[in-house]
Amino acid sequence: MTRVMAQLAMVMNLDKCIGCHTCSVTCKQAWTNRAGTEYVWFNNVETRPGQGYPRTYQDQEKWKGGWELGKNGRLRLKAGGRLRKLLTIFANPLMPSINDYYEPWTYDYDRLFSAPVSEDTPVARPRSLITGEPTKIRWSANWDDNLAGAPELAPADPVLRKVSDEVKLEFERAFMFYLPRICEHCLNPSCVASCPSGAMYKRSEDGIVLVDQDRCRGWRMCVTGCPYKKVYFNHRTGKAEKCTFCYPRVEVGIPTVCAETCVGRLRYIGLILYDADRVAEAASVKDEKALLEAQKSVMLDPHDPEVIAAARESGIPEDWLEAARRSPIHKLIFEYGVALPLHPEYRTMPMVWYVPPLSPVVDVLTNTGHDGEKAGNLFGAIDALRIPIGYLAEIFSAGDPEPVRAVLRRLAAMRAYMRDINLGRERDESIAAEVGMTGATIEEMYRLLAIAAYDERYVIPKAHAEQGAKLEELATGCSLDYEGGPGMGGPFGEASGGPAPVAVENFHALKERQATDDLGRADELRGRVNLLNWDGKGTPDGLFPKRKEKP
Amino acid sequence: MNALDVTLWVVAPYVSLTVFVLGHVWRYRYDKFGWTTRSSQMYESRLLRIGSPLFHFGILVVLLGHIGGLVIPKSWTEAVGVSEEAYHIVAVVLGTIAGVCTVAGMVILIYRRRTVGPVFTATTRNDKLMYALLALTILLGLAATVMANIVGGGYDYRTTISPWFRSVFYLQPEASLMAGAPLLFKLHALSALVLFAAWPFTRLVHMLTAPVGYLTRPYIVYRSREDVAGSRPPRRGWEPIGRP
Repeated sequence: MTRVMAQLAMVMNLDKCIGCHTCSVTCKQAWTNRAGTEYVWFNNVETRPGQGYPRTYQDQEKWKGGWELGKNGRLRLKAGGRLRKLLTIFANPLMPSINDYYEPWTYDYDRLFSAPVSEDTPVARPRSLITGEPTKIRWSANWDDNLAGAPELAPADPVLRKVSDEVKLEFERAFMFYLPRICEHCLNPSCVASCPSGAMYKRSEDGIVLVDQDRCRGWRMCVTGCPYKKVYFNHRTGKAEKCTFCYPRVEVGIPTVCAETCVGRLRYIGLILYDADRVAEAASVKDEKALLEAQKSVMLDPHDPEVIAAARESGIPEDWLEAARRSPIHKLIFEYGVALPLHPEYRTMPMVWYVPPLSPVVDVLTNTGHDGEKAGNLFGAIDALRIPIGYLAEIFSAGDPEPVRAVLRRLAAMRAYMRDINLGRERDESIAAEVGMTGATIEEMYRLLAIAAYDERYVIPKAHAEQGAKLEELATGCSLDYEGGPGMGGPFGEASGGPAPVAVENFHALKERQATDDLGRADELRGRVNLLNWDGKGTPDGLFPKRKEKP
Repeated sequence: MNALDVTLWVVAPYVSLTVFVLGHVWRYRYDKFGWTTRSSQMYESRLLRIGSPLFHFGILVVLLGHIGGLVIPKSWTEAVGVSEEAYHIVAVVLGTIAGVCTVAGMVILIYRRRTVGPVFTATTRNDKLMYALLALTILLGLAATVMANIVGGGYDYRTTISPWFRSVFYLQPEASLMAGAPLLFKLHALSALVLFAAWPFTRLVHMLTAPVGYLTRPYIVYRSREDVAGSRPPRRGWEPIGRP
């Protein structure tokens, strides 16, 4: 009997990412807009080739994140086992410092107003949010955006260092793409395994990996354990924090903030059913290049009657099974075969997958005067241009070029096949056949990738209503719990006391309601809106500041 | 035995112990979110990598030494055949090494805390008080050992201080035993009592949740959304239906 578990997963279509950072900004506004998390980006967008955020996080010889195979062929944490963790707990030698991320800063805006009258325009100087001293800005979460400074910075890209010298010389002319990253919510999370307190856990209903803020003691091993460096240390509260897959939103069936606000509509969210008992076995496959197939073999076919029966046995509700059957993630990974995981060689079985970008290939073709949409040209170029394939393979398939090549060929076939339709020509089934698909499947795939309708992109089953009471953060808190109020914070200052409620809106609304001196405006949010609850439709109250009424 | 002795060696220990125990219960119940090491490694790790292990491993050995010296009666070690001289030599040598490591680590850590900008900024008043109490206790303890054993001719605390320590836990405190101890030992014990009373309200609480359970638990932790165990319990009046 297989133990079927459900997992919320994401796929990002990199061809459509324009690197606008909207996902990062909205995520930050919703989640890490607090003291102690100034440097934290649960979602970040990095330009590849580039060093990433934190710098060179992919260099596991340096950071020792993820799992490796021991001499006995069993999985072990790359940074060392349990005893080693406890022995290095007093000073973790593999912990990134604030400088590996960047030193967050603000500006002396007050200078602009308070400066005395003078010949020169006053300047708002940058000030470190760590020391409070004036600082020089040297790095940030996307300092090398759009290959800025690439001749100096990109050679330190750990992925680039793995591909050949020939490729290195050429890369700048040929190749650039954006890689948005969130927590991978892995099936075999090494951060959870690294946590000495057992505060990190994977939710058994939807696979979201979370940190129990009441149990975390700040031993910092999770930061080391995660090879994607997506667990962050809040230096004010002394606790680990990470991407929550916006669980308060997905529980009510709306997509994560990053997905909702993505202007390119490139993110897909849906369910995957997997066999929880086979995860460890699949993650211990000897050949790194076989990890991709191993991970796919753990994921189950939601249409298979046996799987459905086993899932029912495991207590997965019917509407979740229905959602799993409609899952865009399952379609992209299995039916269309165009999604690949990020760094499967870390053996964590990541669950945020990517459709690798074809656009660099198309760009090269068009720039050299070829027809970048023609099937023959594209297929030829995919094979001839070793740069994208080699580099993408290091990121998405442990260095094996075949899976990447197969995906790019399918994307190329879709382009060519759909162009014929758009130009009113006859459908050329041979293009589809060449990549092992049918014209009908290609059209479906085109619909999902290019049209990307909202309800096809996001198939998110709601958490169960019978558990609903727990989802709500009713205004059951103490009425004195507003900022500056007698109920605010614990007895030991900011880091103590109860955690801030998830629904930040309640907090602001409460404060507004209690602090306002005008009864008439008591329930207005005045410029505050909670993006967590916004479904993207219409303009809720408070999205824009209210116009002042004319007397 | 006068009133002062009773106050210092009978009343004070019980007050301190009570505050220590109830304080931890209270803190665990109402401030789990504040229960953390509040590590400052993100800001600076070069000095921390030397100072922190020196201090922590040192203080762990010191702790073991205190258990050996205070909890285990002299008659037991002698029954096993450990002579007073042998015990004394081992205790003094090990104790001094561990004590010096602890103090060295502490000096590095305090120096770091004061001189590294971000670390100093993150230091609260509570931390400063804790550092003062901790440093005072450690220094007095080391001074007492050094004065008694290296400068003086040795002091057998296992006939006075240790029985007093145990008598507190038997609920038959014998203040007279403590009254005759050398001044430095007395001061060390008193500062420790103050430290224990302050303990639950400082970041020292992290010691009580040392993650030894990590050695035996399975690597991957699954938890249900419904499972509130370990997280905070529902507020009174808001328990879900079906939980009698």
